[in-house]
Amino acid sequence: MTREDIIQPQNLVYAKPSLMNDVGMHYCPGCSHGVVHKLIAEVIEEMNLADKTIGICPVGCAVFAYRYLDVDWLEAAHGRAPAIATACKRLWPDRLVFTYQGDGDLACIGTCETIHALNRGEKITLIFINNAIYGMTGGQMAPTTPLGMKTATCPYGREAELHGYPLNITDMAATMPGTAYVSRQSVHNVAAIRKAKRAIRKAFENSMNGRGSNMVEILSTCNAGWKMTPLKANQWMEENIFKLYRLGDLKDE
Amino acid sequence: MNQNDCVLLKGNEAIAHAAIRCGCDGFFGYPITPQSEILETLSVLKPWETTGMVVLQAESEVAAINMLYGGGGTGKRVMTTSSSPGVALMQEGISFMAICEIPALIVNVQRGGPGLGTIQPSQSDYFQATVGGGNGDYQTIVLAPNSVQEMADFVDLAFELAFRWRNPAMILSDGAIGQMMEKVILPPLRPRKTDEEIAKECPWAANGLNLGKRKPNIMTSLELVPQIMEERNLALQRKYAEIREKEVRCETYMCDDADYLLVAFGVVSRICMEAVGNLRQRGIRAGLLRPITLWPFPEKEIAQLAPRVKAVCVPEMNAGQMVRDVRAAINGRVPVTAYGRLGGIVPSPQEIEDCVEKLAAANPGA
Repeated sequence: MTREDIIQPQNLVYAKPSLMNDVGMHYCPGCSHGVVHKLIAEVIEEMNLADKTIGICPVGCAVFAYRYLDVDWLEAAHGRAPAIATACKRLWPDRLVFTYQGDGDLACIGTCETIHALNRGEKITLIFINNAIYGMTGGQMAPTTPLGMKTATCPYGREAELHGYPLNITDMAATMPGTAYVSRQSVHNVAAIRKAKRAIRKAFENSMNGRGSNMVEILSTCNAGWKMTPLKANQWMEENIFKLYRLGDLKDE
Repeated sequence: MNQNDCVLLKGNEAIAHAAIRCGCDGFFGYPITPQSEILETLSVLKPWETTGMVVLQAESEVAAINMLYGGGGTGKRVMTTSSSPGVALMQEGISFMAICEIPALIVNVQRGGPGLGTIQPSQSDYFQATVGGGNGDYQTIVLAPNSVQEMADFVDLAFELAFRWRNPAMILSDGAIGQMMEKVILPPLRPRKTDEEIAKECPWAANGLNLGKRKPNIMTSLELVPQIMEERNLALQRKYAEIREKEVRCETYMCDDADYLLVAFGVVSRICMEAVGNLRQRGIRAGLLRPITLWPFPEKEIAQLAPRVKAVCVPEMNAGQMVRDVRAAINGRVPVTAYGRLGGIVPSPQEIEDCVEKLAAANPGA
């Protein structure tokens, strides 16, 4: 059997989503962002919504998300993505409008916009990458950093008395009457990636069916910021992050 | 004209009616005195049931301006209204819209500052509006109405300018014009733009329209390569130069034979018109130049008057802001005096007449 015999459409079991641009990513090796980008591209492609999608990208590591996913994008000021998404969806009700935000963006500087967009029941989806650290600026403490975790701005470990407690904004979102679907997932192994994709699909379907608001948190690793190998980062997340932030659907109405 | 089109309205109410009639797609705002009637009037008129215009009370001015970024970035005609402290909060968003070249309308019904200041009228946001209150080298097109009629008329004009130049436009009003009632002829009702019209007029917009036949449209202000960022900035500056060339608007009142020139904008220009009449009755030939666009500023028009007048007085409801632009235009050829009232006080015609009389005594000329 030759190589040409094998490369046949009927033998295809996996492919790069057509909406992923063929460019090098700026993300560090081992980072979760690339996997989540791919899942979003797959879901948009499977739902045939490329020309109906408006993505809102954040300030943070995903600031260049628009380079990788081949749809229309608006790049937001730090934390303001849910306000931008609100207007886009209200003015273009048949569009898939989603934000892609990190923990500093969504749960710190943009807390006000996050909470109010969710609680108004905007028919949008917030994809929330929680890696418990500020990656882009070099590894400072995030609102979601667990107690005891070391970062550049809590180099001796996060202390409640000094730094306050980690904020569980996704659990808050699940209590709001405006939210329809709130889920927390991860992408650290194949099974988790499949569950995460199902959650993103459900959130996007809700958004298109006028059911909102929707939030999918992806517990993510930042092995560069955490100063761990990718494998060690996955293991550390399982041992330390999963017990603080419960995985699974928090709300599905 | 339909007889219902001629009505007695507050300046703030006129803005709300005009927005619906000129095909505005969305209003996003946060309550603040002295302009809360705008969102209140829209909420009573319920345009979402007639023209389909979206009206949303935002959670903050910060959210409201970012809703404009989203709406304008997708090619929709969107606006917000606020007053001075609220507009201060919007500056980040205006800076982002300027570099992304996103059209939208921001109305500032000014009150006195700094800080919470006062709910009484003021013009102390002239610098913020014309020099740029946010970060970076950018300009906002600024219109200064002096009547309720212009509050209505400038909504459509501001949208036209914003979309013509892909630039945020501002109506810089004040609490006096926002709150006072006058007869106003409302513009005719026009439908909102269709998707086809938006696709044709805003091929740059990030709305998904025609994707497949074009590359994705990306609204972004970030560029890490300095040479590319410089070129984006230079392109903005070239656009601003063209706007300066083509979009200056001002009007003159009794300037042909004037010895003493008043330069005033907004509500103060109305007061100056009365002062000019009173001064002329007393034999002092005063005239008024009123900038309608504060940016671009009518520097050439003012410079042309410089050789014909003996002195210039610039009354403002601030500590002397526009007077700097007037001085730059006059360029030392004749004396320029500032007269400012602060803290929410509206000057009387008499105060302005006194100011010109002193100027006339000090600069009698030939």
